[in-house]
Amino acid sequence: MSIARFWRATPQRYNLGASKCAVCRQVYFPPRAVCPNCTHHRESIGKMQPIQLTGDGEVISYTVVHDAAEGFEMQVPYVLALVRTPEGPVLTGQIVDVTPSEVSIGLAVRATFRKLREEGKAGVIHYGYKFTPREPGAPGRTSPPG
Amino acid sequence: MEETHRMDAGIVSYGAYVPKYRIAPAEIGSVWGADGAAMGQGLYIVQKSVPSPDEDTITISTEALRQALQRGRIDPQSIGALYVGSESHPYAVKPTATVVAQAVGAAPHLTAADFEFACKAGTAAIQTCLGLVGARMIDLGVAIGTDTSQGAPGDALEYSASAGGAAFAIGRQRVIARIHHTVSYTTDTPDFWRREGQRYPSHSGRFTGEPAYFKHVTECAHHLMEVAGTTPASYQHVVFHQPNGKFPQRVGKQLGFTDDQMRYGLVTPFIGNTYSGAALIGLANVLDHADPGERILMVGYGSGAGSDAFDIETTPELKSFARALGPSVESYLHGGTFLNYAVYAKFRGKIHMGGS
Repeated sequence: MSIARFWRATPQRYNLGASKCAVCRQVYFPPRAVCPNCTHHRESIGKMQPIQLTGDGEVISYTVVHDAAEGFEMQVPYVLALVRTPEGPVLTGQIVDVTPSEVSIGLAVRATFRKLREEGKAGVIHYGYKFTPREPGAPGRTSPPG
Repeated sequence: MEETHRMDAGIVSYGAYVPKYRIAPAEIGSVWGADGAAMGQGLYIVQKSVPSPDEDTITISTEALRQALQRGRIDPQSIGALYVGSESHPYAVKPTATVVAQAVGAAPHLTAADFEFACKAGTAAIQTCLGLVGARMIDLGVAIGTDTSQGAPGDALEYSASAGGAAFAIGRQRVIARIHHTVSYTTDTPDFWRREGQRYPSHSGRFTGEPAYFKHVTECAHHLMEVAGTTPASYQHVVFHQPNGKFPQRVGKQLGFTDDQMRYGLVTPFIGNTYSGAALIGLANVLDHADPGERILMVGYGSGAGSDAFDIETTPELKSFARALGPSVESYLHGGTFLNYAVYAKFRGKIHMGGS
């Protein structure tokens, strides 16, 4: 991925920046400029409000990756999951600080900030969200992580 | 008393983060034909933290600061300055602080920079924030001390060098711990260094002790207590830079502090030496346990060499401070997932994978 392309997605990758339709209240991640849920899409133009997801969520499905994507070789086997957020959107992300056997559907997770990949030893380092299990009894986030 | 040292600011919030993985000295020693358990006992290192392959000074700093913002219910846009002290910044050129500022939502209207002074870059960042806040240039500054340092394989440093960090928000409003005074003690002492481009640091063995750590910490502590008009008995808690568990215990006794005063400030035996994070995580643990009206002496140390000392007193504001909105330092001291040396070597990039 080019530096410019990744940089443009910084608000989403760093801060879970989403958008919310002021007409039908639907939340989108990544953010959208127009609401596809509204019958008349034009109604939502100019009414998509930027919001931040809190980073809390629940695993609704997952897979264990043994044949790593480039740059993830050091982390196999690792877990890639679909995480449903309380705001609505489902995010795809890595679950870290766990062994695969510790992950199950329904696991409460929380967004954490990690290194996503490096463009070789001399290139830029990309950062963004991953998820860790949320400790039982841990307070819910009252505000977005960033 | 030199009133010029007296501060009108203090700690508004704080957060600490230590990676989940641990390794024990005995496991490290078993690879190098050394008695690692004895080495651990000599250094008073029970275990040390190990960062995941996807953790570095930027991610650890961000986690620590997010906790501080959450606990202090701080609007990140109110941060006027953000400084990250570390000797393991991921980039040689490109600031850690800009990524952290963006990741916590503090950008763009703030000043930001990286600090480096071996293990005391974080305390130097606190002093800078105190200056800016005291001069009314900003309302709130953030000082972070974080490291993911490494010792060369088989070197004595490998038994202690770990990863972790802590973030402190410094301001004048809603202060939970007022910083009454701060002083420093700085000399050119070549006890520990890492040349540009070198992967691992070098050190001068026993020279890192008496003329370096002990000299600077004791001189700085004495100077601070002279300026503040205090004695060791004035403090409920004391925190020293802690490259291992042994040095801070010894310097504490030399200065006249008791084990009870060091009870919460000594965390290195259970997480290892987090370098720029070491004294600051100790301070975070003290603040986790302190009641209002308690006095804390903190003395940082950085090789090369210098010490920064702080005379701190908790305020009634601590009662309503939402400590529970972040994990306690205590939760990092016990538990964790232990690694064998092979996985540790993989995580820390010590295995040559071929290629350039």
